[in-house]
Amino acid sequence: MRLTEIRVAGFGGQGVILSAMVIGKAACIYENGYATLTQNFGPEARGSACSAQVILSDQPILYPYVVRPDILIAMSQEAYTRFTPELKEGGLLLVEQDLVRISDLPAGIRAYSVPATRLAEELGKRMVLNIVMVGCFAGVTGLLDPEALRRAVADSVPPGSKELNLRAFEKGLEYGRAKVGPLAEYPDAEPAIRAIEGLS
Amino acid sequence: MKEAAVINPVEPFLRMDRMPHIWCPGCGIGTTVNCFARALIESGADLDRLAIVSGIGCTGRVAGYLKLDSFHTTHGRAIPFATGLKLANPSLQVVVYSGDGDLFAIGGNHLIHAARRNIDIKVVCVNNLIYAMTGGQSAPTTPPEAVTTTAPFGCYEPAFNLPYLAESAGASYVARWTTYHVRQLARSMNDVLHKNGFCFIEVLSPCPTLYQRRNRMGDGLDTMKYYKEHSKTRHGAATRDLELSLHGDIIVGKFVDRERPDYLEAMQHRLREQLGERFVEQEAVCA
Amino acid sequence: MQADPKGVLTGAHFLDGDQACCEGALAAGARFAAGYPITPSTEIVERFAARIPTIGGVFIQMEDELAASIAILGAVWGGAKAFTVTSGPGFSLMMEHIGYAAMTETPCVFVNVQRGGPSTGLPTLPAQADMMQARWGSHGDYEIIALAPNSPQECFDLTIQAFNLSEEYRVPVMFMMDECVGHMTEKVEIPPAERIEIRPRRHTSRLPGEFRPYEANGDGVPEMVHAGEGYRFHVTGLTHDEQGYPAMNPQAQDRLVRRLKRKVHDAAERIALYEEENTEAADVVVVSYGITSRVAQRAIEMAREKGIPVGKFRLITVWPFPEAHLRALARRTKAFVVPELNCGQIALEVERAAAGHARTIPVTHAGGSVHQPEQILEAIAEALR
Repeated sequence: MRLTEIRVAGFGGQGVILSAMVIGKAACIYENGYATLTQNFGPEARGSACSAQVILSDQPILYPYVVRPDILIAMSQEAYTRFTPELKEGGLLLVEQDLVRISDLPAGIRAYSVPATRLAEELGKRMVLNIVMVGCFAGVTGLLDPEALRRAVADSVPPGSKELNLRAFEKGLEYGRAKVGPLAEYPDAEPAIRAIEGLS
Repeated sequence: MKEAAVINPVEPFLRMDRMPHIWCPGCGIGTTVNCFARALIESGADLDRLAIVSGIGCTGRVAGYLKLDSFHTTHGRAIPFATGLKLANPSLQVVVYSGDGDLFAIGGNHLIHAARRNIDIKVVCVNNLIYAMTGGQSAPTTPPEAVTTTAPFGCYEPAFNLPYLAESAGASYVARWTTYHVRQLARSMNDVLHKNGFCFIEVLSPCPTLYQRRNRMGDGLDTMKYYKEHSKTRHGAATRDLELSLHGDIIVGKFVDRERPDYLEAMQHRLREQLGERFVEQEAVCA
Repeated sequence: MQADPKGVLTGAHFLDGDQACCEGALAAGARFAAGYPITPSTEIVERFAARIPTIGGVFIQMEDELAASIAILGAVWGGAKAFTVTSGPGFSLMMEHIGYAAMTETPCVFVNVQRGGPSTGLPTLPAQADMMQARWGSHGDYEIIALAPNSPQECFDLTIQAFNLSEEYRVPVMFMMDECVGHMTEKVEIPPAERIEIRPRRHTSRLPGEFRPYEANGDGVPEMVHAGEGYRFHVTGLTHDEQGYPAMNPQAQDRLVRRLKRKVHDAAERIALYEEENTEAADVVVVSYGITSRVAQRAIEMAREKGIPVGKFRLITVWPFPEAHLRALARRTKAFVVPELNCGQIALEVERAAAGHARTIPVTHAGGSVHQPEQILEAIAEALR
């Protein structure tokens, strides 16, 4: 895997850091890659805004911070507004459909609006929407082996909610695969705005 | 006629190879050490398992003269050092022996927290009402109106009432004596060697060189007379009433003697309750 | 000696540098920690507080850093391996006890997760501006050892080294992390306990009565005993003789202070951990440490892509400074480029060691982030001009 910069952003309590942890862990513990995760700390990280950055690579990662993300997973309007401009050209944007209204999208971004909250609610727990997003990320990007991600999910969530989170992951994965398919298989595909659902 | 060699009964407790000591004639610190040695005899304590920790100052030198495992630490920090020592090896009996400036000015924060936690250490505070090692400056214990080198026109700060402070912070045992009360002091020292938790003994002690002389209170002997005439023994007196003044009475006695779990007991109880079988008690580090 | 398996969390983990440092301390045998909360170091003791009750040991949150930094010294004399953890302002408060540990030869580890300073500075952002403070911060002449990790894996590995070095030389070891390394999460592999080498305490085999606490062996390091073992020994921060008794005269001072310095200084080559690459034929050598070494590595690779041969010298042991090594290197190269997250601290040491044989070009940064690799690349280009 070439060096891929990912930012996950939303608000506190959504499990933003956990989703980034799952992605990083899958890459470096359950696959043979490298991953570096950083997050924002301090007073500015308390309250609403929350963001984590993961870098994935098949080589040791030197520069520790994300500079221009290849992928942004946005779970709040604020996260969308703040971080979309830094996305690399041809970058991938995954947003949560109920929480983010896409507007003023820069050219050359592939954007997908995912009904993660609704999918999570179908499982009975809105709180697993973060893992639905991770599943969708897996389905859309094809960057990581879903089995590695499953193990990372199982290993990162409280034992009591393991089954639920694994179901959430599958739901997101299926959805991402069915609606888009792994983009990684077509790395040179024309950058285009596409909708999964709800994006005009 | 040759004088028969008489061995002082406290000699085995002292590092005789370090004598003579640095204390001035008339100073009371040596008297307290004598009482402590007598308390050690009385208590039957295992001297190989008793460590003494001092801070800095005249009383801070006590550690160096006692033939025990002894630690002369940094200014004000005898109590946190003792805390680490005790928690790392709970089988040790740990005594902190230091002065009023060391324990209540620079080290005041540590004293109140160790008392709050009820760390199982015994604190002997020799209170000479002044910074002596550095030449007679005001201490947080210097009574109003007393003259010091940094209060040349008389002190105008209120002083700490040490037993009140120690009790309020949570000490399990609080007593006060003067160096006139050698028997009572030795008995209190013996008491605390058998008492669990944070114990505090204040000993008023003359500093003829710097405190009594500057305040026209005479020499060491005059101070003994003053202690004798002005001391009132009131066991169980309310500690809030124990304030000292320049020429006033000195209430002495044992004021607090209560039971509550010490730090390690509380820690082990809580962790065992929460973790059950998973809790692992620390191994004794020394055999 | 092998590590006690009770403290070793063998396996592959996804940990941040702070958590990894805690695991390193547990693997090294630390069973006592005292701390006071301060960003960005607190996660280390938080993890210790959660882990130690099921391993056997004590964590205590003290009332301030003065207390934390001497409680650990008490614990060491009680027989434990102990450490404390802090950042900038707390590190400033601990200085007196670094001196006390050096003077009393108390093996212990001080972890400093560096943040921007001076004063409260940047609590949540990285810097490497305490490097000189780590070396010189306490009063008087003394030596310490300081290590600088650049990844969570090294936070684990080198914390064990830090404890081992502290036991070997009976000195306080400064573990100089930074916010970036402390809060960065990466894979950390923890080997089985039997593959972790632990330096036990240099406990004397002499009996009470035959033992002099500060009588040094050939390597200048005395043997140790603990309270409660029947030795009735004395420890003081005053200048002392071999018996441990205060001895306040210029002769005793000379003997003691010179030995305290010599025991570390003479072992500098053995203590020195570093990474060196392609310095043989390079006109420019980038000297870096800690998180900056990763950015420097990126810059070196960028330079090589442009066909510029650049050497790399990464300090893992920063103190004692590997002076002789740098001096030898200075004779072969034209310039040193020294990036660091401060306004030029270790660059001064490099310049001193180079003694005029090579130029030193500092690449300063006031802290709060890391360099851009391009800044270092630019300095490399300047060095070649």
